[in-house]
Amino acid sequence: MTNASAPTYLDANATEPLRPAAREAVLEGLMLSGNPSSVHAEGREARRFLENARSQISAGFGRISGTCVFTSGGTEADAMAIHAFGRGRRILIGATEHDAVRKAAPEADIIPVNGQGVLDLEYLRKKLSDGVPTLVCVMSANNETGVLSPLRDVATLCRDSGAHLHVDAVQSAGRIPFELTECSVALSGHKMGGPKGAGALLLPQDEPIDALMIGGGQERGRRGGTQPLPAILGMAAAFEEAQKQDWSHVDRLRERVEQVAMESGARVAGRGAPRLPNTSCLILDGVAAQVQLMTLDLDGFCVSAGSACSSGKVSASHVLTAMGETTGASQAIRVSLPWDVREEQVEAFCAAYERMAARLRKAIS
Amino acid sequence: MRILVAMSGGVDSSVVAALLKRQGHEVIGATLQLYDHGQASKPGACCAGRDIMDARAVADKLGFPHYVIDAESRFRDSVIENFADAYARGETPVPCVACNQGVKFTDLLGMARDLGCEAMATGHYVRRVEGPDGAEMHRPVDAERDQTWFLFATTKDQLDYLRFPLGEMPDKAHVRELAQELGLEIAAKPDSQDICFVPSGSYVDIVEKLRPEIRGEGEIVDEQGNVLGHHEGVARYTVGQSKRLGDIHTAVGERQMVTRIDVPKRRIVVGPRVQATEVETRKTIRLRDMNWLMDAPPEGVSCGVQIRAREKLRDAVVKPLANGEALVELLEPAMPAPGQACVLYDGSRVLGGGFILAGA
Repeated sequence: MTNASAPTYLDANATEPLRPAAREAVLEGLMLSGNPSSVHAEGREARRFLENARSQISAGFGRISGTCVFTSGGTEADAMAIHAFGRGRRILIGATEHDAVRKAAPEADIIPVNGQGVLDLEYLRKKLSDGVPTLVCVMSANNETGVLSPLRDVATLCRDSGAHLHVDAVQSAGRIPFELTECSVALSGHKMGGPKGAGALLLPQDEPIDALMIGGGQERGRRGGTQPLPAILGMAAAFEEAQKQDWSHVDRLRERVEQVAMESGARVAGRGAPRLPNTSCLILDGVAAQVQLMTLDLDGFCVSAGSACSSGKVSASHVLTAMGETTGASQAIRVSLPWDVREEQVEAFCAAYERMAARLRKAIS
Repeated sequence: MRILVAMSGGVDSSVVAALLKRQGHEVIGATLQLYDHGQASKPGACCAGRDIMDARAVADKLGFPHYVIDAESRFRDSVIENFADAYARGETPVPCVACNQGVKFTDLLGMARDLGCEAMATGHYVRRVEGPDGAEMHRPVDAERDQTWFLFATTKDQLDYLRFPLGEMPDKAHVRELAQELGLEIAAKPDSQDICFVPSGSYVDIVEKLRPEIRGEGEIVDEQGNVLGHHEGVARYTVGQSKRLGDIHTAVGERQMVTRIDVPKRRIVVGPRVQATEVETRKTIRLRDMNWLMDAPPEGVSCGVQIRAREKLRDAVVKPLANGEALVELLEPAMPAPGQACVLYDGSRVLGGGFILAGA
């Protein structure tokens, strides 16, 4: 059994462990005392670092630096995009979108997904054929299942119909390549292994947008508020590292988790679909997600259930419900392997999962 | 030992968790989310409400894990719906008993077992005494706080697994002092009042929303069916009450009380308080869903019974009947309200109890 004081962290989709390069960049940022908006020497120095980070991130998405607006994180980037591009447009969002999108567009029409969690392109094509000005929000990878959206096809449909496409790429950034440039993109620093507190909205082109907060006109009037320089530098460094990483090691360990889980009686949501290399959504029929979560936590393993309120209450997952699950939507946990996962951690988890499944499934039968 | 503490976010259960932690036990805190607080208040409010955050703050401060358990649908089905149904039948239910019995001592307790806990503790004021035939339930040291009446439906098996550390506390002030001493911020938090899922204090609104068919005005009549006045809804009345009868007392010339609630006809039947005491009181009460905390005595048992939450004991002989029922033979007549609990005591010990049925 793992020592409770040194838990095994397998909840990377909640937040990735800080990457060493990001840590260094943060420390460097902390020493920059200037405000990037100041005109004096200290301000110029801070601004040089800030703009360097901006170029780095924009370039990673095939864009010029003027397309990148720094935010406090993914939620703000999504809200900003919906605020800026949703006005005067009908909004369509995928059924499995994160609450950052869902709650920012409560009146949106929902694009369904199939049993594997993959977006229904035919539905989207029909919807867009009516020519109504539209904002389409589709996540690149789902946070609970890791299922990838057919983004290239979605982008083609949007381009052909003149719809604006916004992509929540919070979970995929750095983990898989991103090819589209004709869309806005939401990013979160800490999901790549940077510190919490910074994110970005990438625009399709260098353009003014209707800001959520105007304030002192920072980010060229697109987002008021002094930029959190250390967090932004950390995000840029983390993104570089994540992009360079070979994720096949993580993918292999993820497969090991799923084999063991399936042998223990679990089902893997979206297993037949293309997915992120690190994410598994394991449904253990008949055992409440809350109990699985508590059991594993008490055993020293940090995983999560798909949809947890900030209070920690675990509700039925809207993602799994959209995929056609009924009771299964309340009986799933998410295992998301961090960038630095080690084989022995995965083996320890597999053993704990087997123990848990054997005990709890016996208890219900 | 590993022990799960049911934490409400209040002073009592927080002190229980803190005491057990201080004694060196492996404490696991759990708070049931029984209803969506966010819907009840303004948009943007967290679904969890302040109490859950308070419970979590205590756990974080003392350094033990705390989990929020979603029991909303189960609470709605097993407590709130039954509460409304009971009023629709003309009964006066005790939702706290249903909640303790189902959501707390069945579901949460089952979860504690699943997690490998050796016991579950709560902040209830009752005493669990290890007797010759297993665990017994007794009144607490602090008579003011006695909650045995609300916990009579606890089964022997559940009682065996449960712990009630506050049963030994001399008084609430002592508990608050302990909270202070343990550094708990909620030490001065006010006691919870009334029925938890009726924050406005108006249970009638909830009942009438869930069972709209019983809503609406009706007649207040005497035993002969003469109309004496009108009322605004049957859910507002309980057998035995004299309130909400308007000027009927003066019109009739003597103090009246509710003797019967006829839901289908939407009628409140009243009688003179004095006369009713003679006519409507009964010396026998039939109980359903008996829970015996002793071996059910085939010949009956002489004991004290308590037929309301705050009331004196009455001498009686209680005999088990078939189908989980029991017959209470009172020495002196009383006026029991259908749906309320009748709990049996021998000294401080709870012998069992059941729910009062309409009719003798």
